[in-house]
Amino acid sequence: MRGDSVEVNVVVNGRVYSEVVEPRLLLSDFLRHRLGLTGTHVGCEHGVCGACTVLLDGEAVRSCLLFAVQADGWRIETVEGLADLEKLHPLQESFREHFALQCGFCTAGILMSAVDCLQKNPIPSRDEIAELLSGHLCRCTGYLPIIDAVEAYAHGEQETGRRQ
Amino acid sequence: MGQSVPRVEDEALLRGRGRFLDDLNPVPGAAQVAFVRSPFAHARIDSVDVKAAAEAPGVMGVVTGAQLAAVCAPMGAVIPCDVPYYPLAVGSARYAGEPVAAVAARDRYRAEDAGELVVVDYSPLEPLLDPLVAAGVGAAYIGAPSGAVVSDRTFNYGDPDAAFEAADLVLQRRFRFPRWSGAPVECACVVADWNPADRSLTAWANFQGPFTLHTVAAAALGLPASKLRLITPPDSGGSFGVKASVVSYIVALGAVSRILGIPVRWTEDRSEHLASSSMATERITDLTAGFSAEGRLLALRYDTVEDVGAYLRAPEPASLYRMHGTLTGAYRVEHLAVRNRVVLTNRCPTGLNRGFGGPQMYLPLERTMALAAARLELDPAELARRNLLRADEFPHRTASGGLYDSGDYHACLDDALAAIGYEQIRREQAAARSGGPAENCRAVADGRADGGSVLGGVRGVDGVVGCEGGGSTLGGVQGVGRSNGRLLGIGLACVVEPSVSNMGYVSLAEPPERRRVGLPKSGNSEAAGVAMNPLGGVTVRLSTVPQGQGHRTVAAQVVADELGLRPDQVDVLSGFDTHSDAWTVSSGNYSSRFSGIGAAAASEAARRLADRLRSIAAEHLECAPSDVVLRDGRASVAGHPAGGVSLRRLAGQAHWNPESLPADVEVGLAVTAFVSAPNLQPPNDNDEVVAAAAHGFVVDIAVVEVDPHTAELSVLDYVTVHDAGTLLHPRLADGQVLGSFAHGFGPATGERVVYDKEGTLLTGSFMDYLCPTAAEVPPLRILHRETPSPFTPLGAKGLGEGNTMSAPSALANAVCDALGIDDIELPMSAPGIWEAMRVKGLLRSE
Ligand code: FES
Ligand code: FES
Repeated sequence: MRGDSVEVNVVVNGRVYSEVVEPRLLLSDFLRHRLGLTGTHVGCEHGVCGACTVLLDGEAVRSCLLFAVQADGWRIETVEGLADLEKLHPLQESFREHFALQCGFCTAGILMSAVDCLQKNPIPSRDEIAELLSGHLCRCTGYLPIIDAVEAYAHGEQETGRRQ
Repeated sequence: MGQSVPRVEDEALLRGRGRFLDDLNPVPGAAQVAFVRSPFAHARIDSVDVKAAAEAPGVMGVVTGAQLAAVCAPMGAVIPCDVPYYPLAVGSARYAGEPVAAVAARDRYRAEDAGELVVVDYSPLEPLLDPLVAAGVGAAYIGAPSGAVVSDRTFNYGDPDAAFEAADLVLQRRFRFPRWSGAPVECACVVADWNPADRSLTAWANFQGPFTLHTVAAAALGLPASKLRLITPPDSGGSFGVKASVVSYIVALGAVSRILGIPVRWTEDRSEHLASSSMATERITDLTAGFSAEGRLLALRYDTVEDVGAYLRAPEPASLYRMHGTLTGAYRVEHLAVRNRVVLTNRCPTGLNRGFGGPQMYLPLERTMALAAARLELDPAELARRNLLRADEFPHRTASGGLYDSGDYHACLDDALAAIGYEQIRREQAAARSGGPAENCRAVADGRADGGSVLGGVRGVDGVVGCEGGGSTLGGVQGVGRSNGRLLGIGLACVVEPSVSNMGYVSLAEPPERRRVGLPKSGNSEAAGVAMNPLGGVTVRLSTVPQGQGHRTVAAQVVADELGLRPDQVDVLSGFDTHSDAWTVSSGNYSSRFSGIGAAAASEAARRLADRLRSIAAEHLECAPSDVVLRDGRASVAGHPAGGVSLRRLAGQAHWNPESLPADVEVGLAVTAFVSAPNLQPPNDNDEVVAAAAHGFVVDIAVVEVDPHTAELSVLDYVTVHDAGTLLHPRLADGQVLGSFAHGFGPATGERVVYDKEGTLLTGSFMDYLCPTAAEVPPLRILHRETPSPFTPLGAKGLGEGNTMSAPSALANAVCDALGIDDIELPMSAPGIWEAMRVKGLLRSE
């Protein structure tokens, strides 16, 4: 896996980054330790826990299963890009309202997955929410408050017509 | 207090601006460490050749176990054990995954590359893996002069022999609670910086306490405690007990930093975590129970073998003794006999894990209650009712010396039975069993959490299931199971949940004559600091090392209450530093001690600060300090809220004009308070101990169905009723209950640490160690009663572990009830249930 360093050009949360990396550098390590975007977490490095989930051109991916070089030329969104300085994204608000996090270590990945899924299926059933969450491990909450938060957000958004 | 205010922790975490240790860079340029680990469960280490690794690109140095042992003493154990424990293997490796050498390099990738170049010559030895075998073998096997049994104690309370003699029904059965692990999503992380100038170590770690282990680490490093500065980060990604074991790596990294002369850091990866952080003990219990014909539980005899793994690592064998004052559960039992054997095996050392000894103890007790009910032809709820302590019996002294503070157990049971619709479900079940005609009653679920199952065995459906149009006021399962032959089961568990542990209970592992030689240990205390700055702002420092529970939110509430402020006017810091915070050896985050003692320390510090403010205000208001009321940021005379003086003004006066303060008022607006839980004396010479200050009560009722074709287990409804005293923050309390339930549901249905017969770990990744996901954890209905504890300052009891203790029992009782069987192995995975059904002839083909 060793080899010469290569250049990676990415746009993360709207900012342009150009970095020289070893080809084997994981995207998760690149985001966390090269770019300092430590909101993306690492819980297993084998694709099960979902903590490292980010959006790659809008699609949820596990950044621990990709090399940084594979993201070259792509647009990436991480949890740091969800809220603006003034206020939280309404999905984040819903998490807070429903006590959907405790330690918060799993939260970034779940938020990013949910954003992706809700784009494709704006009003999921509780089953579908549980299904989407089944790609994530949370050891603190027992999941129910997370399901509640996603459901309330999806339905609230629909009622107020804020989406689409 | 008592309000479910939003959590102050959340916004930063939601924004990705938490500060977990791996996010921080306290010592720029620290080298990254990777460990070389033993592939063998048991092997002599003949040589370790680090030459090639040391010369690899980017490598700063390599440290072996022998080098570490030259600068470190073995980690101190709670009781004498002749297998010394070093955080790097010395002489032999005793479990698969044990660290053998540490490589420090410019980055983790290079450290891992170089780790592969370390050549270790092992001579494999026969591993000892079965705790029951360990309980019977002598010296040679484990390589320990005195054998694999490190503690063997018997206890007698009352007259158990006579009670068994008099009993009309005596049941005896063996129960095995397998190994599992809390496995937090964030793994361990340590940064260590040895300073040769003053021979001190500064370590950052996502350690959770107890800080007894700070002393253990300092002693192992050969340092006075003042030379080991330990700092925890503001945020930690869950622990559930497991991160107490980070202390081993604090010593390892400290030694590496010292030997190599460079700062070092290490973040555990998941396979390291699952192989070699910590896990719960496997326990085999032979439980004998004697009942009268009317169903009075007269006597209990526990014969227990507790597997603590390869080393007796502090605070073990605490898992075994944490429940010692609670061995009679929620029942009135005068006669108790116990034999406790603690054994070593060639598996990962055990340690703190949510529930800590409770799940292992309640499975035998609560399964036995269910079995006894069947033999006595009583309904399990009726048998419980006949034995539960009554509300007028508190405080209650248990046979082994425990002191239960308060509770209304019968009312909780009644609440649970009503909520689940017990009579109705029993009728449904009876109809299903008698093969009665199927009624046209369609089960209507409201569509919650009924996703596909990764575990293959478990499916959750929401509790609200009813006959269409049949309206259930109780919200329980109404109208399920009319169809012929459905396998419905109902499981009950009643558990007493101890919290705020006595630091002295574990010394019961030693006989009284040996205890007398040492320093007696007792109590559980905590400290907190509250300070008001010159503009009237308030900061709070905690020593409870939260790992997600929301301590900052609750501390802000209780401090705000005392000072007459809003919680959002109080800033609470959660990062902890042994060199600037006030703390005690019992500080930290374990035994559900925050609400009982941690919040109380913050409240007490705030109360003393409020007293000081009242004294200053009294001069302005020309009244007695006791007539001053603090409210809405002002101090005023009781009954005259309009006038008064602002806290900001009082704070300014105290800081800027100390000459003006009343003579009897101490200068300064910073208060550190220590509080100590009452009644927690050291174990007495009769081996009686008050092992915990507070005792909550939990009743769980599970309703399950097993599919006769696929053996799939579905939880149709689950109700839990808690009496945890005063609830400081109801939503956070529910959060603890939900999380604790998931940690009980896991080992009940899928989580299990598995080794093969060579001692190789088979569950070394999250692909094999199956934590339940949102698709499996069934919805839980939570009810509370609040009987305040007379023994904790705020009347609160812990409630973060109760369902981890109760859920495996309730679910096992329900499955056994559904299948009409006496024994089931945990975890109750689909293959296990299938096998039980096959033996019983319950499987049906399409
Ligand atoms: S860290 Fe990527 S899935 Fe767990
Ligand atoms: S909130 Fe801690 S892992 Fe999900």
